[in-house]
Amino acid sequence: MKQLLTIRREWLLLVIIAVIALGVGTRAPVFLTWRNGMDIANDSAILAILVMGQMLVLLTRGIDLSVASNLALTGMACALIGKAFPGMNIVVLIAIALAIGALLGSINGWLITGFNLPPIVVTLGTMSAYRGAIFVASKGAWISDQDIHEGIKGLPRAEWLGLPALVWFALLVLVLATVFLKYRRAGREIYALGGNPHAATYVGIAVPARLRLVYTLSGMLAGLAGLLWVGRYSIAYTELASGYELTVIAACVIGGVSIGGGVGTVLGATFGVLFIGVINAALPVIQVSPFWQQAISGAVILISVTVNARSERRAGRQILERQGVTG
Amino acid sequence: MTNVLLSLRGVHKSYGATRALRGVDLDLHSGEVLALVGENGAGKSTLVKMLTGVVPMEEGAIVLNGVPQTFSSALDSQAAGILAVHQETVMFEELSVAENIFVGRHLQRGPFIDWTAMNAQAQAVLTDIGARFTATTLVKDLSLAERHLVEIARALSQKALVVILDEPTAALSQAEIRDFYGIVRKLRDQGVGVIFITHKFDEIFAVADRYLVLRDGAAVGTGTIAEASEQALVALMAGREINQIYPHIDATPGKEVLSVKHLSHPTEFNNLNFSLRRGEILGFYGLIGAGRSEAMLAIMGLNPLARGEFQVHGHKFQARRPADAIAAGIAYVPEERQRQGGILSFSVQDNLSLAGLSRFANGLWLSALRESELCQRMTQRLKIKTASPHTLLSGLSGGNQQKVVIGKWLGLDPKIVILDEPTKGIDVGAKQAVYHLIADMVKEGLAVILVSSELPEVMNLAHRVIVMRHGLQVAEFDRAHMSAEAIVAAASGLDGSRAHPTPAGVAA
Repeated sequence: MKQLLTIRREWLLLVIIAVIALGVGTRAPVFLTWRNGMDIANDSAILAILVMGQMLVLLTRGIDLSVASNLALTGMACALIGKAFPGMNIVVLIAIALAIGALLGSINGWLITGFNLPPIVVTLGTMSAYRGAIFVASKGAWISDQDIHEGIKGLPRAEWLGLPALVWFALLVLVLATVFLKYRRAGREIYALGGNPHAATYVGIAVPARLRLVYTLSGMLAGLAGLLWVGRYSIAYTELASGYELTVIAACVIGGVSIGGGVGTVLGATFGVLFIGVINAALPVIQVSPFWQQAISGAVILISVTVNARSERRAGRQILERQGVTG
Repeated sequence: MTNVLLSLRGVHKSYGATRALRGVDLDLHSGEVLALVGENGAGKSTLVKMLTGVVPMEEGAIVLNGVPQTFSSALDSQAAGILAVHQETVMFEELSVAENIFVGRHLQRGPFIDWTAMNAQAQAVLTDIGARFTATTLVKDLSLAERHLVEIARALSQKALVVILDEPTAALSQAEIRDFYGIVRKLRDQGVGVIFITHKFDEIFAVADRYLVLRDGAAVGTGTIAEASEQALVALMAGREINQIYPHIDATPGKEVLSVKHLSHPTEFNNLNFSLRRGEILGFYGLIGAGRSEAMLAIMGLNPLARGEFQVHGHKFQARRPADAIAAGIAYVPEERQRQGGILSFSVQDNLSLAGLSRFANGLWLSALRESELCQRMTQRLKIKTASPHTLLSGLSGGNQQKVVIGKWLGLDPKIVILDEPTKGIDVGAKQAVYHLIADMVKEGLAVILVSSELPEVMNLAHRVIVMRHGLQVAEFDRAHMSAEAIVAAASGLDGSRAHPTPAGVAA
């Protein structure tokens, strides 16, 4: 019964997204074209990749504030490597991005489990540290279009089977995340330990190992997102994607992933990403200022959190025997 | 009862300066039920934690099936075949019943989880123990008693050599407890060694073969149940004969101080009517979740959806907030001591004075002198064992914590005191102290509502007992007509009275 409710909530979000899209479409028909759809999908793809990593972390009652800095640092590193070795194969660059991201993420994991520190403090620290490292690595310089490796630049412009490469990357991550969370033991244990960390120890879940895994995965996906981001915008600089971690967390929360841990689905989080993608694309079309966009995202977060809280709160315990249909 | 399955020799464990276990020896044979008894703080929980690999052993030996063991994690202990059903349910609410049964050892086919097999196996175990819910139900939709069945199913679904049952019946109804005895006997017949921890002596005598008594972290007695008596076990547990756990209640009820009429709530209880007189102890008996606490919260103004007519000393009274009830002379000592009652990180004195801070106000400031006076008075009156008034509440034993929580309210000089499960989770000695405290309270003219799930407690203390079941007031007994059978029958619905689980229920 409760399950039905949560499933309904996710589809409700999709309905809201559709209503917004159609509403904007009637005022500006260009919004409903295939091309605009692909623009939204392209913009959402990188967010979706980051959201999958963040969701894993949120499921364990943690938070990863360092994803945007990780993205920017990995992106910068890839840009520098690409500049130094213009002949390098893009597959190697992708592997490097995944590896750097995973390394940066695993540092979070080690700090959190090794010293028993709160994730918010650790990732707040690494958020600044990684951001600073970009400046050190690039000496503050921008790497602009002509110096970006052809492979990195080409990737977001590629189309396979009629869909942009970025969307394929996002879809692959979504599928892997679904399989991981539904059909892999580690994935199920992440739900369990987020839902009841105390009990997780009792049933023999290796909690520290699982936590290190989620922060490493979150970092790895941030690394991949970094490479894709640099390619898409064809630039790398110190302030790249600054503050984007909040958008990532917002998409998770809108998609029904609980900050309290143990609750959240790939489907819901994906709709959260789409929602942000559609809002961000729609508001300029109907000439709403970018400042309103932030306020609207904020309002939506508050509304979704309130709706979640209200559905959890009970009017009272059901002690009297239910008689037929009662309110 | 042949070979020794599990044996412990000279097991030690300390937490800081506290020595939780001091050289405990234990022998468990296959196919026997060993009752592990002892007061709270005697070391039972520590022993369980050690056997399940949650805390490491410091000194001594654990030998399972002739093989010495050192469990460094819960997984080690499970792999060796030791399983525990815990006192507090160790559950994952957002996951399904099947997953809760298999968590930590999900069934896999190749690299992936085999949901079909897992659900089927879980359903088989559930059917076996007579659970009336399916394996795919989410645990958050289950009642407390049903959750305990899931825990038991978890233990049963594994090939366990040793099963530890840590107060597994606390939330079960009478009928479920009988089913549970059947499960324990089945385990025993399969050759499993069962360690059974409980505070209820009738359960020990119903299912156990042998007993081991712990006191202050040491094993003080062991033997067969056939040759044991309740008196002897209690004496071993307490280290002294406790002949008179229950004081003589010689107060005679006087004028009516509280009357409650037509107290109802949309989902929790319906049409409760009762009155309370000066110097009277009114017992509220029922199974856990019968709606007793919810009704008490309504008197205190803490249950906004409840409606009813209240009179205190003949005057109409309606509490909107607890402060209204306190002002009318009603004090409520809640059930969950650590969550609702006392503040563990505050000192004994700060806890005692918390409910009546305005009494110590001296203009803008609190009068430390008056505070410490009250603290001293209460510590003596309630015989609270504390190193100093400034000791943190968390540093006290369960019984003494409870006395502090009760003392906090007595400092307000209430006329009516509602005690919700005042002896839950405290040891025999502390229980006795609480009982004498209740006797003193009514002797002084207070009126007491005693909400309790412990039948002997209600029968020995209360002038009258009201029995609740499923939110309804189903029976009332006065002292002359109390019988254990009749009360239990009314509480569990075995007397054929109303409120049986048909969809078209009663109420209205």
